[in-house]
Amino acid sequence: MEIDRGDGRKANQLRPVSCTRAVLNRAHGSASWSQGETKVLAAVYGPKAGTKKNENPEKACFEVIWKPKTGQIGKPEKECEMILKRTLQSICILNVHPNTTTSIIIQVVNDDGGLLPCAINAACAALVDAGIPLKHLAVAICCSLAKNGRVLLDPNKSEEQNMKAFVYLAFPNSIQSVLPEGSLQVEGEPMEHGIITSVTHGVMSVDDYLLCLDKGRAASEKLSVFLRSSLK
Amino acid sequence: MAAASGSNLSSEMEVDAFRRLFPLRFHERHLLQSIRPDGRTLGKARDTTIALGAVTSANGSALTKIGCTTMLAAIKLEVMTPTAESPDEGCIAIDFHMPPICSPIVRPGRPAEAAPVLAKQLSDTITSSGVIDLKELSLVGGKAAWMAYLDIYCLDADGSLFDAALLSAVAAFSHLRIPVVSLNDEGRIVLVSEDNGGGKLEKEPVNKEKRKLKLDSLPFSLTCILHKNYILADPTAEEESIMETLVTVVLDSSSQLVSLYKPGGPVPAHTSAIQDCVALTRQRLKELQKILNGAISDMEVD
Repeated sequence: MEIDRGDGRKANQLRPVSCTRAVLNRAHGSASWSQGETKVLAAVYGPKAGTKKNENPEKACFEVIWKPKTGQIGKPEKECEMILKRTLQSICILNVHPNTTTSIIIQVVNDDGGLLPCAINAACAALVDAGIPLKHLAVAICCSLAKNGRVLLDPNKSEEQNMKAFVYLAFPNSIQSVLPEGSLQVEGEPMEHGIITSVTHGVMSVDDYLLCLDKGRAASEKLSVFLRSSLK
Repeated sequence: MAAASGSNLSSEMEVDAFRRLFPLRFHERHLLQSIRPDGRTLGKARDTTIALGAVTSANGSALTKIGCTTMLAAIKLEVMTPTAESPDEGCIAIDFHMPPICSPIVRPGRPAEAAPVLAKQLSDTITSSGVIDLKELSLVGGKAAWMAYLDIYCLDADGSLFDAALLSAVAAFSHLRIPVVSLNDEGRIVLVSEDNGGGKLEKEPVNKEKRKLKLDSLPFSLTCILHKNYILADPTAEEESIMETLVTVVLDSSSQLVSLYKPGGPVPAHTSAIQDCVALTRQRLKELQKILNGAISDMEVD
C-alpha cells in the first residue's frame, strides 16, 4: 500500500503506543497512555463511601474530572467527562461496591488528535491499576474517513482537521475465558465486536460508517493485545 | 396488564406498586408482548407537533413537542464584524438551557449536568451537517455579517431531549426571517423598519431579496434504547432511567449519516442493531419531514 500520510504511516498503521502504570504515588491507581504525540495521564481515587445526588445508591458510582492542558473546562470537556463516565460505568461491575463513588481524574498532557480514545484507554489502565472490578477492558480507537473515501486509522490533529469525517469507537476487548464456546456470541457476532461508545464528527454515508467499524475492530484487536500485555 | 394471573409475589401487587418497585421487570413484561407501557409498539415514536413563530420578539422560533418533551427554540440575529479568518461568513452560537421547571432532577441554582453536553452535541451536529451555509449570513464582505444566537429551552424533559432539541432548532431555522437592513451614510448597518416601507428611504436595502436562509439537507434524529435484543424508539424519561443504553442516530434528508452517538451503556451495539437503528431513523425522518413541511405550509397560509 502506498504511503500517503503526513507522517509516513500507512492507512492502517497506528501511531506508536505506550502505556505506563502506577506513575503517581498517592493515587490508588494511575496510568499514562500515549499515542504518538497525544498523551493523557489518568488517576483513580476510591471507591469512597457514598454516592452523589441523583445517582443510584445500589450501584457503584463514577465521577470523571477532566483537566485540559490549559485553561478552564468548557462544553467540550463536559461532553468528554460524560462520555468517559458512561463508558467506564459500562465496563465496571457495579454491584461489588454499592453506594461508593470512584473518582477518575484525566489530565491531558498533550493533544495531537484522538484525545478521547486515548483518555478511555488511559482510564481503563488506571482502573486496572487501582483494582476496581471490571467485566472486561475497553479499547478505544479513532477512525477517520478521508475525502477520497479511504479509512485512515488513528489520525493526528492535522489529519483530523482535513478529514471528511471521523469516528471515535470503543470496543470491549476479547475475553480469554473459561466460558463455554459460543456463549460470548451475540447474533453470530463475537462479543468484542459490539460497540460500547461511538461518537462521530462530520457527514458520511452509512456504508462508510460500517467500513470504519470493520477497520476499527481489526485495529482494536491489536490494541487489546498491547493493553493486555502491558497490564501483566 | 402487567400483574397478570400467576402465583408469584408480583401478581398480588397493584400494577402501580409493581411498576415502582420492580421497574425493570415491569418493562420487560411489556416488551415480551412487543408493547410499551404507554401503548406504543417498540419502533414507534410519540406524537410530534411543531408550532412555528411561538416567540414574536425573535427573528425565528419554534415550539416542538415529542410526546410530553417540549422544547422552545428561538433565534435572534445581530450584526457583527466577521473575523479576519472568515471575512465572508456569519456565525451561529447555540445554547441549550434546562431550567428547573423541566424536570425534578434539575435543582434551582444548580445548572443541569446534561445541558452543556447537549449544547455541544447540538452545535456539533448543526455545524457538521452543513445545513446552514455560513456564507448566507454575510451582509457586507469583511465588514458586516449576521450573528445568529440560537437558544433552546427545555420546558418539559420527558426523554429523547436531543431529538426534540434538534427538531426545534431545525424548525426555528426554517421559520427564520432575516430583517431588512441598509447602510447609512457612516457605513454602518441600520435596520429598516417594516412599517414606513423602503420607499421613503434613499438608501437601498443591503439584503432585499435575501430574507430567508437556504437550508439544504435538514438533519433529523432518533434516539433508541438498546435493551437485550429489543430496540425501543423515542424513549420516555422513565424508560431512559431504567434501560440505560442510548443510541442517537442523526440522518440528513439525503440519508447521509451526520452522527451516530452512543455514549457508553451496558449493552454493546452490534452491527445488526446499528442497522436497525438507522432503518428506524430513516422512517422517522420521513415522518418528521412531513410534519415540518405541514407546519411551514400552515404558517404561509396564515
